[in-house]
Amino acid sequence: MANERRRSSMNPVQVLEWIGRRSLVYLQESGQGTILFTRVIRSIFKGPFPVRLTTQQMEEIGFRSLPVVLITAIFTGAVLALQTYSGFKRFGAEGLVGTVVALSMTRELGPVLASIMVAGRVGSAMAAELGTMRVTEQIDALITLATDPVHYLVVPRFVASLVMLPFLVIFADIIGIIGGYVVAVTILGASSTSYINRTLQYLEFSDITIGLLKAAVFGMIIALVGCHMGFYTTGGAEGVGKATTRAVVGASILILISNYFLTALLF
Amino acid sequence: MDGLPKIRVRDLSKSFGDKVVLDGVNLDLWPGESVVVIGGSGVGKSVLIKCIIGILTPDGGTIEIDGKSITGLNPGEMDNVRRKFGMLFQYAALFDSLAVWENVGFSYIQHSRLSEREIRHLSEEKLRMVGLPGILDLMPSELSGGMRKRVGLARAIAVEPEIIFYDEPTTGLDPIRADAINDLIISLREELHVASITITHDMVSAYKIADRIAMLYRGKIIADGTPDEIRSSDNPYVQQFIHGQAQGPITDELGE
Repeated sequence: MANERRRSSMNPVQVLEWIGRRSLVYLQESGQGTILFTRVIRSIFKGPFPVRLTTQQMEEIGFRSLPVVLITAIFTGAVLALQTYSGFKRFGAEGLVGTVVALSMTRELGPVLASIMVAGRVGSAMAAELGTMRVTEQIDALITLATDPVHYLVVPRFVASLVMLPFLVIFADIIGIIGGYVVAVTILGASSTSYINRTLQYLEFSDITIGLLKAAVFGMIIALVGCHMGFYTTGGAEGVGKATTRAVVGASILILISNYFLTALLF
Repeated sequence: MDGLPKIRVRDLSKSFGDKVVLDGVNLDLWPGESVVVIGGSGVGKSVLIKCIIGILTPDGGTIEIDGKSITGLNPGEMDNVRRKFGMLFQYAALFDSLAVWENVGFSYIQHSRLSEREIRHLSEEKLRMVGLPGILDLMPSELSGGMRKRVGLARAIAVEPEIIFYDEPTTGLDPIRADAINDLIISLREELHVASITITHDMVSAYKIADRIAMLYRGKIIADGTPDEIRSSDNPYVQQFIHGQAQGPITDELGE
């Protein structure tokens, strides 16, 4: 409310002030994020690796995200087939629907959509969990018990997310392609054998591997942003809520931006 | 008072942005001694403890533990110093996702090769010292406020610390439970011979557990003495605080 009122009556100087303040916040956060990243990398190789905590997180991030990711993938593949068919039909290329679905899923939509769903599910949970631990002094308690909170809390989430995202995307790719196939063959009346042939004919192995590489990067982004927002939470329960929102929005935006640059670099 | 103090704080300062919280704090803690730091809400009592324990980095001044300066230690060296400390947090700060025995035995799970059975046994022993036997497998969410504090205390003493920090140990408890915590703090000092720093604004508790009381006001220690000396202090700030008066120099300066 207070924010709304302030913004509606902003004069040009205040607008500049607001832009400046926001820019400083973004700069500060990218700085903190980079520091956290280097601490995580150094911490992974220091001391005994937290195996049990990491497997717990792998179950949470990988196995429990599977339903959400699969539902997203199957309908994405299905709608892709539907849209491509009606578009390609205009110039008689409906035979290529399978190719389009397979390339889009493996190179682009599998990694990006699965990661954004996981950011919403898991990135938010990380921010909420670590944020609560911060405001209830549990993170301070870890320090007094001679335990590095980055090693204990962030490393397991980071590694689990980095490892599990590619696995989720393999499933998303397969299910998405099946979704496209089902729509093309049963609803649009494409021939099953030629659909499969066209899919396999143009799909290269590198389409899949580079898609998985992207997924690994997105996995790191989800964990880093989620943990970072939680780690630097201030301001009690309200602060935890804000951290959660910012974790999801921040991770999703970073995924989309880095997706462009990864695609430009890798393909 | 011969030998080295367990903790010697000299000229400690800490600011957050423009806000000066600690402005030249001096404090000594001698072996086996119980020092209580009193002061109003938000005067930086917690900040003082967090600087000593290394959660916050001070802007200036020195902190010596057993005669060795801890400013400028690397994280590994600081962790070794921290093994001498136990801390009871204001709201206990138990780990929500871990059972009581994993909370109490946390240090042993992280830093030793003891088996689960041995750690459970150790935890039970510490829990018995705080009067809570038989709750090893409960989760923190199943405990009352007073029980959480006592489990937090068991976790603090689990590592057999030389110094215990108590952050508002009686806040949020009814007078009877608060006094039970006071008794516990006294009996732990007598049994384990640990030195302790307690921060509180509960004067009943302060008189009961303190060998020495120091009052923190405006970033400085403005009074430091035995409970009797504090009681009979002629410092008007101290008098206003220990008698809990709404009128006096402290509130006058705040412009309230």
